[in-house]
Amino acid sequence: MKNTNISYLKQLESESIHIIREVAAEFKNPVMLYSIGKDSSVMVRLAQKAFYPGKIPFPLMHIDTGFKFPEMIEFRDRYVKEIGCRLIVEKNDEAISEGTHPQKIGVDKCCAKLKTQGLLGGIKRHKFDAAFGGARRDEEKSRAKERIFSFRDEFGQWDPKYQRPELWNLYNCRINEEESIRVFPISNWTEMDVWYYLRNEEIPIVPIYYAQEREVVDRGGVLIPYDDMVKLKKGEKVEKIMCRFRSLGCSPCTGAVRSEARTIDDIIKEVEEASKSERENRVIDMTSDSSMEDKKKEGYF
Amino acid sequence: MDSPTSPDHANLLRFTTVGSVDDGKSTLIGRLLMDTKNIYDDQLEAVKKVAKRKGEKEIDLSLLTDGLAAEREQGITIDVAYRYFQTPKRKFIIADTPGHVQYTRNMVTGASTANLAIILIDARRGVLEQSRRHGFIASLLQVSHMIVAVNKIDLVDYSQDVYNAIVEEYDEYSRKLDIKDITYVPVSALKGDNVVVKSEKMPWYDGPTVLHMLENVHIGSDYNIRDFRFPVQYVIRPDLNFRGYAGRVVAGTVSPGEEIAVLPSGLVSKVKTITTMDGDLEEAHAPQSVVITLEDEIDISRGDMIVRRHNLPQVENNIDVILCWMGNEPLEIGKNYFIKHTTRTVNASITKLIYMFDVNTLHRTDATEHNLFCELIKDTHHTDVNTLLLNEIGRAEIKLTQPIMLDQYNKNRETGSFIVIDPDTNFTVGAGMIRGAVRSIEETIHAEEKTDVEELPIKVEIERDPVSLKEREERYKHKTAVIWFTGLSGAGKSTIAKSLERILFNTGIHTALLDWDKLRHGLCNDLNFSDQDRIENTRRAGEVARVFYEHGSLVLCTFVSPLRCQRDQVKALIPDGRFFEVFVRCSLQTCIKRDPRGLYKKAIDGEIPQFTGINSPYEEPLSPDVILDSEHKSIEENLKALLDMLKKKGIIRK
Repeated sequence: MKNTNISYLKQLESESIHIIREVAAEFKNPVMLYSIGKDSSVMVRLAQKAFYPGKIPFPLMHIDTGFKFPEMIEFRDRYVKEIGCRLIVEKNDEAISEGTHPQKIGVDKCCAKLKTQGLLGGIKRHKFDAAFGGARRDEEKSRAKERIFSFRDEFGQWDPKYQRPELWNLYNCRINEEESIRVFPISNWTEMDVWYYLRNEEIPIVPIYYAQEREVVDRGGVLIPYDDMVKLKKGEKVEKIMCRFRSLGCSPCTGAVRSEARTIDDIIKEVEEASKSERENRVIDMTSDSSMEDKKKEGYF
Repeated sequence: MDSPTSPDHANLLRFTTVGSVDDGKSTLIGRLLMDTKNIYDDQLEAVKKVAKRKGEKEIDLSLLTDGLAAEREQGITIDVAYRYFQTPKRKFIIADTPGHVQYTRNMVTGASTANLAIILIDARRGVLEQSRRHGFIASLLQVSHMIVAVNKIDLVDYSQDVYNAIVEEYDEYSRKLDIKDITYVPVSALKGDNVVVKSEKMPWYDGPTVLHMLENVHIGSDYNIRDFRFPVQYVIRPDLNFRGYAGRVVAGTVSPGEEIAVLPSGLVSKVKTITTMDGDLEEAHAPQSVVITLEDEIDISRGDMIVRRHNLPQVENNIDVILCWMGNEPLEIGKNYFIKHTTRTVNASITKLIYMFDVNTLHRTDATEHNLFCELIKDTHHTDVNTLLLNEIGRAEIKLTQPIMLDQYNKNRETGSFIVIDPDTNFTVGAGMIRGAVRSIEETIHAEEKTDVEELPIKVEIERDPVSLKEREERYKHKTAVIWFTGLSGAGKSTIAKSLERILFNTGIHTALLDWDKLRHGLCNDLNFSDQDRIENTRRAGEVARVFYEHGSLVLCTFVSPLRCQRDQVKALIPDGRFFEVFVRCSLQTCIKRDPRGLYKKAIDGEIPQFTGINSPYEEPLSPDVILDSEHKSIEENLKALLDMLKKKGIIRK
């Protein structure tokens, strides 16, 4: 008998591919949310693997808030072209033209308008019945209770008290018109798993994950990248600091962390030794004890 | 964080934790995460802040897992939460499930993918009805391994008597369940005793910690590796030249060139390639996701199943199942439901409820699942059950509009399970485990005549208490154990074991000696020298050793057993502290010189293709209980070392 043990990373890969294929087989019009971040990069690679030697049979969709780092947009356009995938970019144009900004209306409201409404608008406009997201259960407490196939009502909202039981590897894909399912194929991956996989598979990532000297404002330990949008508060100054982004969001709300990690191996070493979780630099999670849960109920990923 | 698990080698253990509201389940998980350094500073800070705000002295570890606002408000866990952690040995996925009465649905969900279940019992409250119910559900879902954590042992002053009483009571009960192995650990999740770190407060307990069990439990044999099953998920046709069937191998293995059958059509072909983006494979096995291409162009679509031609599942449209009801609306006999089984969704109606039991009032705790059900049938008021309510479990018959390709759930979780979907709400309202096909009337009558005769002796068996191992040990005045001698052929395993047996036997100890010669002519005469057969041979040897062990013998086994995984597999069959690995060390040169059976000569001459030491590896034990040196030490010295070890471990008297 041969050794039929496969490493846990290969097991996770296999589980994710299974999930992605189930969606492609059972839904009429699925889409894969593409945030350009590392988790999205893993998810896109898994989708490529799921349908090889065929192409990914659904488009990618990016919700652009207008606050994404220019390096991200550049990377997105190049990468999507390279893998031959269709890309849809959605924006909440109305909110953007109103000048929506976290410093004006607060982080929660800004997120609700630019991200959640942008996403819900995109899903509705294209009549998508399933949307893949790269969220992981280990990211945040309320996500730990999320299903892999997460039912959303016609308003895209999540009801944590009325979730469908999820047993074995059997996923319930049935919905009524207007309703949708959010699917999280890398639910069971941890941040470390994502990094290991990016390394093993040599998957390209946005360069701002790597450390370089950047102009930032130190705001309560979070390094906010400085540009004309950032208004300095009293006592704050612009500094040049060697830093990198541990997770990517919108520029006003994503802090960098001090780091010397210039390669993926450096990053892995850094994350292994880290004593803080990856979303520590994301302002959106800090507003209340259950801020992510509240956002998810509204329709956020 | 702790030093990371190698993602290329370490394997994965999925486990579920169950306990009632106040058993401290979330605290146990918090403790596991914290003591294995899988908690980040900022997460810990957040929990500390909450404690401060509420004016509590000790931090509440359960806050690390209770994720929803409603849970924090009520201080209880409502929904299944998934947590992850890793140690240098393994990666773990925890399905943390609430265990109170109304949440049976969650426990079933958590157990459905678990290799192991941790059941918590509050030392102050002892074995409760729900503790039994948790064990019963774990058994029903075929979770192979179980740890019973007797928690809050600090609140009963680390009392051995309290612990022993609970173990005895639960062991009596669990013996009737279908659980492969069960381990008891006295713990204090709050204080950290025996969770990750061995407690100094309980010198009377010499078993493993919870983490030790999680890291070492052998799960390789939990998977079905024999019966190849490949439900087709998706057909891939990028161009006219390629037509592949995408899916996940849910059991067994497959290689190019093998003859396969496609069900339900019955068409036959051969595997041409196993394609992946990382290159074609020579073999695919569970749980790999691959694409299979076939030699012939045949019509295959999602929902079909590719299997080996001579190893077929049942193809049925009338099935006999155990059903856990999960819908808020009660089950309706005759209503149209969808059944999703593997990648196939079919229309179905539940035609009959044969019996049910209410997990809330389960009181026949001395009954096995089967027995329990039989008892309930006899209760006349149970024969007219006509519905199942949320969280109730029963046995039912289901009629499908199209056949499904199934195996019994206890043989194969993946092809033996299904979910029930209500077409009105699209909600998942049931989880089913297949017992088999419903028999036709003729078959049923025939079978009933037979069962009358067949069941009689079984019933007699059940009514009498079986003789327990404890009783045997008391009568024989020694403990039982399995002593496993491993080492190269010619290292002197048999010589030492035979001498040891003589000494033990002469002092009145019940012994048994097992070696290759005893097994190969009878029990194992279908096996030869291939890798696969040798592993199977060790497995059977282990099972035989277990039977002797359970009947009160001190079992001496001498097998080359060259691979660690082989020995670990046997070790997993025997309770901790009753299995001793003895490494008989001797250099290969000396063994070749001794060559008592002329086997080395044959191997060197190429007559035996895979002979340990010559053209097949020997993996030395990493932490044997005793190392014997047959080259430089006398047999007396080696025997003394063995006897000393057995005395020290309390197996034989000093």
